[in-house]
Amino acid sequence: MLNMLEVNHLRVWDANEGKEIIRDSSFRLKPQTCLAIVGESGSGKSLTCRSIIRLHKPWIRQSGEILFKGENLNQLSVKEMRRRRGKQIGMIMQNGMGAFDPSSVVGVHFQETLKGHFGWSKSQVETAMKKAMESVMLNHPIETMNKYPYQLSGGMLQRLMIALTLVLSPDIVIADEPTTALDTISQYEVVEQFIQLRERMGGSMIFVSHDLGVVKKIADEVLVMRNGVIVESGSVEEVLSAPRHPYTQYLVSTRLELSSHFNEIMRGE
Amino acid sequence: MRALKNLSRDKLASLSLFIIAAIVILGLFAPVFAPHDPNHVDMKLRYAGSSWAYWFGNDHLGRCILSRLIYGIRPSILWVLAALLASVGVGAAVGFLAGYFRGKTDAILMRICDIMLSFPGYVMTLAVVGILGAGLENILIAFVAMKWAWFARVIRTSVQQYAEMDYVKFSKAAGISNRRIILKHIVPVTFSDIAVIASGSMCSMILQISGLSFLGLGIKAPHAEWGMMLNEAREVMFSHPELMLAPGLAIVIAVSAFNFLADGLQVALDPKRMNSGKQPRVTEVEKPNVEYA
Amino acid sequence: MLKVENVHKSYRVGGLFSRKKQQILHDVSFECGSGECLGIIGESGSGKSTLGRLILGIEQADQGAVLFEGNDVRNRHVRSGNMSAVFQDYTSSINPFYTVKEAIMEPLTAQGQVRSDQDARVDRLLHQVGLDASYQTKYAHELSGGEAQRVCIARAISTEPKCIVLDEAISSLDVSVQIQVLRLLKELKNIYQMSYVFITHDIQAAAYICDRVLIFRSGKVEETIDVKQLKHVQSDYAKQLMEHLITF
Repeated sequence: MLNMLEVNHLRVWDANEGKEIIRDSSFRLKPQTCLAIVGESGSGKSLTCRSIIRLHKPWIRQSGEILFKGENLNQLSVKEMRRRRGKQIGMIMQNGMGAFDPSSVVGVHFQETLKGHFGWSKSQVETAMKKAMESVMLNHPIETMNKYPYQLSGGMLQRLMIALTLVLSPDIVIADEPTTALDTISQYEVVEQFIQLRERMGGSMIFVSHDLGVVKKIADEVLVMRNGVIVESGSVEEVLSAPRHPYTQYLVSTRLELSSHFNEIMRGE
Repeated sequence: MRALKNLSRDKLASLSLFIIAAIVILGLFAPVFAPHDPNHVDMKLRYAGSSWAYWFGNDHLGRCILSRLIYGIRPSILWVLAALLASVGVGAAVGFLAGYFRGKTDAILMRICDIMLSFPGYVMTLAVVGILGAGLENILIAFVAMKWAWFARVIRTSVQQYAEMDYVKFSKAAGISNRRIILKHIVPVTFSDIAVIASGSMCSMILQISGLSFLGLGIKAPHAEWGMMLNEAREVMFSHPELMLAPGLAIVIAVSAFNFLADGLQVALDPKRMNSGKQPRVTEVEKPNVEYA
Repeated sequence: MLKVENVHKSYRVGGLFSRKKQQILHDVSFECGSGECLGIIGESGSGKSTLGRLILGIEQADQGAVLFEGNDVRNRHVRSGNMSAVFQDYTSSINPFYTVKEAIMEPLTAQGQVRSDQDARVDRLLHQVGLDASYQTKYAHELSGGEAQRVCIARAISTEPKCIVLDEAISSLDVSVQIQVLRLLKELKNIYQMSYVFITHDIQAAAYICDRVLIFRSGKVEETIDVKQLKHVQSDYAKQLMEHLITF
């Protein structure tokens, strides 16, 4: 079947410093799969995501082929690219607080986005969002939509972003470290929501994370990145149970060690 | 010092620093540098143009303009600098106490500042001068009395933001005395903010003094002062416009120099510019919200 | 050694003259013994950071007391040389104008200890946290997250305190670095015979390093349990926390 997204020879560099950040990245995103990108900070995973939707800081440049449903995104004009974003390629950020405009209630953000893409009226937006919010376990949807971002917790903001994504129903959802800034219970619930989002939308997902535990739970395939290079890729079972590259082995072993005591305690005695 | 080294990289700021230093030295050692007595009247030389003996020419009373300009540095720049330092000193002390200790201390000090700030600045200066009489000392007293509250407010905001930092929290937790924390942690980081607003205020103070002298409320004749020189030149503005040139330019140059120095200082005192010199500065392209090793 | 007795803390909500209060801590009491690592596990908004600040004497409780070896922790002389801290945000934990050496020596110089072997001492501390002597002249913004946190730890142990409060000290770090820092902390605890108060939301990290944990929620201690007995938690909230864990 035709790949949902094909990235070939992606190169990203910093025009100010003349430094190459991502050297020669190539990977595939198959339809209806979740691809996870793991790596430590500075590995280039967030940058890869931003390269796909072409939202970089002004001094970052990219080259290469990014084929989305056969079309090269790298060659589209800014206007065309904007039409793809949100509706066909959705992005969920790490910091919920930063994703919403702090000066207006979250409802306004939804109105603007949905009106922009679908041309819906205010009541249509409300109905659609209400349904989506209930499915992400946000009770009192109307009340929540009238709140300011600072009044809502990180977990709630993430769920709001997921709800918006549900309504937009893009073909690809790119989630950039969405659960990193959350604590235990919120993290668990948001990961559950992501799993449900996948099932409901049936599209593909790219999930960036540094936590291998979350990746194991939600992803089908995984890419391991280090210093801008993909060092290993494959299915989640292969890569996480029997890693081949020493760096992946290092990541897996340290993650195991962190849970080791806890698992021992839960198993033993 | 590190700051000077950083500053030297900025050509405009270095030039400004040089100009200001030159002005200060000229002013301090005026008797050495001034070619003639600034108050020496010679009616034969009225409105004389520049000559070898009198580089900038003579004013309406035949006095040497260059000498008057040099002697005029004292009231126009040096005394203003002193007043500024006094004002910033008082404002900083109040700002540090209010911003660091917060609570009741902050509330009381800020209410006092509010009272002082509710008086309109220029009007109050004129009122004080009106009561105490014209003269440089009275103007400077009025300035210090009016301005300290504004400095206190601005510095307090800066201090509040730095007092929240984790390194201050650590010092408090480790049992270090408040006095030490303020001196070692708060003062250095707020110093750049203070330097910037102080140099910015310097400009407005120079202009205000000159303005008041221009109106005749400043330093008493026959002492030299730039604003007063402008005032005297104003009376013959249409017949001898060149008399306004020297003091006017002097004010513009001095104020601009302070302004550019303020800008340069803001960049030079930025701690991110300091490095151990061993590695080139690394700018991180990808700075996610939660950073990892 | 460290005793928290019936501590209550609230913050005034609203303007200067409002009387509305938001209660953050409700009657919190617990003890931390000498050489023990006590974990305080709570989600965001539970009040654990406020509790951390009260333990460090940075803030004052409305009621109750925090005592270190019987003395009130608010008196800075009680804390000096005995208590220390490591915080979550390593980017603001070191004064941007200080070199690594100055930062590490700060608590010592504050005590008035002027020693001729300062360099050697800082070297030793850096070595103990896994950094080499070349780091002495670096500035905070030149360090990566893991390195900065190690410097903070070196600074915390420089006075050889009896108790260190670690407030989400590893939460901002990469998992692979977290484990390194945890190992380091464990080693140091044994070398210096210190106790830790380890505040975190990550149960797995707490299970790695702590002897005993407090489950903290909405300003109250829900349960206190030995780490080895974690399987047998009693309270519903604790059970809920355990079920919501994503392990590997």
